[in-house]
Amino acid sequence: MAVHVQDYLRMHKMPHIWCPGCGTGIALGAVVRAIHNVGYSRDEVIVITGIGCSARTNAIIDFNTFQTTHGRALSFATGFKLTRPEMKVVVITGDGDGAGIGGNHLIHTCRRNIDITTILINNSIYGMTGGQYSPLTPRGSYATTAPYGTVEPSFDICKLAEGAGATYVGRATAYHVTLLEQLVTKALKHEGFSLVEAITQCPIGYGRRNKMKSPTEMLKWQREHAVNVKAAAGMSPEQLEGKFLIGEFVNKTAPEYTKLYQKLIEDAQSKGAK
Amino acid sequence: MKRQVKLLQGNEACAMAAVAAGVRFFAGYPITPATEIAEILAQELPKVGGTFIQMEDEIASMAAVIGASIGGVKGLTATSGPGFTLKQENLGYAAMVQVPCVIVNVQRGGPSTGMPTLPAQMDVMQARWGTHGDHPIIVLCPSTVYEYYMLTIKAVNFSEMLRMPVIILSDAVVGHLREKVVLPDISEIEIVERKKATVPPEEFLPFKPDADDVPPFVSYGKGYRYHMTSNNYDEGGYPATNNHQVADKLLRRLHNKIEKRRGEIVMTEEIMMDDAEVAIFAYGCTARSAYSAVETARAQGLKVGLIKALTLWPFPREVVEKYGDKVQAVIVPEMNMGQLVGEVERALKDKKAGVRPLNRFDGKMITPEQIVSAVKEVK
Ligand SMILES: Cc1ncc(C[n+]2csc(CCOP(=O)(O)OP(=O)(O)O)c2C)c(N)n1
Ligand code: SF4
Ligand SMILES: [Mg+2]
Repeated sequence: MAVHVQDYLRMHKMPHIWCPGCGTGIALGAVVRAIHNVGYSRDEVIVITGIGCSARTNAIIDFNTFQTTHGRALSFATGFKLTRPEMKVVVITGDGDGAGIGGNHLIHTCRRNIDITTILINNSIYGMTGGQYSPLTPRGSYATTAPYGTVEPSFDICKLAEGAGATYVGRATAYHVTLLEQLVTKALKHEGFSLVEAITQCPIGYGRRNKMKSPTEMLKWQREHAVNVKAAAGMSPEQLEGKFLIGEFVNKTAPEYTKLYQKLIEDAQSKGAK
Repeated sequence: MKRQVKLLQGNEACAMAAVAAGVRFFAGYPITPATEIAEILAQELPKVGGTFIQMEDEIASMAAVIGASIGGVKGLTATSGPGFTLKQENLGYAAMVQVPCVIVNVQRGGPSTGMPTLPAQMDVMQARWGTHGDHPIIVLCPSTVYEYYMLTIKAVNFSEMLRMPVIILSDAVVGHLREKVVLPDISEIEIVERKKATVPPEEFLPFKPDADDVPPFVSYGKGYRYHMTSNNYDEGGYPATNNHQVADKLLRRLHNKIEKRRGEIVMTEEIMMDDAEVAIFAYGCTARSAYSAVETARAQGLKVGLIKALTLWPFPREVVEKYGDKVQAVIVPEMNMGQLVGEVERALKDKKAGVRPLNRFDGKMITPEQIVSAVKEVK
């Protein structure tokens, strides 16, 4: 289904703020196309963000939109979804926003399995503040706050989401943008909490300090290091060394929070609490 | 008309008033001495179709309440000192983005986890200045169970009317006290609903204020698509982070929402002040001791009166000023090391009356006897 992303943009808010070659817009394009694929109307979708370059996505798209505080978007979204269960709630977050300062909220939102679709734009760095290392920055990378290379390990946010109870989890990259669009489409249709991690390039904050001078080199890195989870099943640990997985990791059904709460209300009204 | 006579605990009155005022969303995190509010609302909200959720911390509970309010529902949260500190980040968001919500802080002894079960009045300044930036805020303070009920309704009303967070600053005494109250019939209570849009979506600007400086608050998902941000923003709701004029205008307007309704928001009670030679300025549980002190002093022939503040912020300077040249001294008893007394001094700086702080911060209430002694000292 061909779609002009432009039709969904607030063109009067152009130009956007991102640097040339930034991957944030690629991820946003995939999200917009996915919403179009599912066929949701502009009025029934709400897109909530936190703080960061990733958070600047929603000001320029023509849906119901608001930006919140750093890392807290999922908690705002939880309150919103509980009062407006009929709306399609999408949260766009970053690696710092979602896995760092907002990590605890992410765990508990996964656990509640509330029907919110989250896209975590992982550019391996705190982009907006100029390139400090994040919890998802690979160990040994250089950042403004890691001039000698980071000594901290990063972690797999998809595994964390799965462990915490998310019922749909997947990962793609800016290079594998078609896969990204497919995963977000499925995540939107999924009832329950879904997380799609989008590995993107931040040429300014990450690439130029880490031997990838151009956005193209970063996209090539994504192509060369990503392995589809289906292909990985037939590969040896040696072959997978240094690689990361993309594709759909979790797709299961479990009771959804707002539905359960609606039931609770009905019970409280008919029977009264114990 | 059906008035209700009840024996209520303070926190219970607060929870009941919240439901009566139309609150249909509560998010919180357990903490003494505020937990009863959460427990009661967990029970009561579903019965009226509302939602209760216990979040992972106070940061998230404040965020969820704001999210619910953006969804179009009246929201409230309750906490005490340590949790109040965590709520500050998003409280500032609500002030900036103009989202109605109510935060109850049942004060206990601090700093830090301090004395969890004992009363204090140590968060007066945190309630005013706890979040960063020059934000407007309304802080109401009950001294009886009845006031706790009525001020909770006022808090919800002010927050909806002015699109801003309102804080109720109670304390462990008023929160846990049981008193007989006569509650007005629900139909006699004025309940305020937020303003609706008056123009069609094409003409709608989400932050274009009316004459009272308050913009209508339109729920999402009803054809009005717009943006909100906590960055400095224009009337369209979009970031204008480096626009000096927009910033100046926005900040003034946020504060004018309160200034334009000061007469309605600033609530005090002046008790036996007509011929008073000494005034006691008190609030919260300390106002109870002050009232008793006034009775004792009067019985001894001392001309003493009480100014009881129900609104702490905006500070009722006009009421204090009024007596500045009439009384010899104003005594300010507080269960802290001297917080609101600074405002009293500021209000009286060009007046004849002296100001006498009276402080206690050991978790015990200031006694009427202590106050009477202070009266005798200043006379
Ligand atoms: C409480 C708080 N701490 C710090 C900041 C400063 N800050 C703004 S953006 C940002 C980093 C965001 O990083 P990420 O989530 O990875 O988003 P990106 O910019 O990379 O898309 C930080 C630390 C803030 N706004 N609020
Ligand atoms: S700093 Fe990085 S993430 Fe932010 S706009 Fe520039 S390239 Fe994109
Ligand atoms: Mg980042």
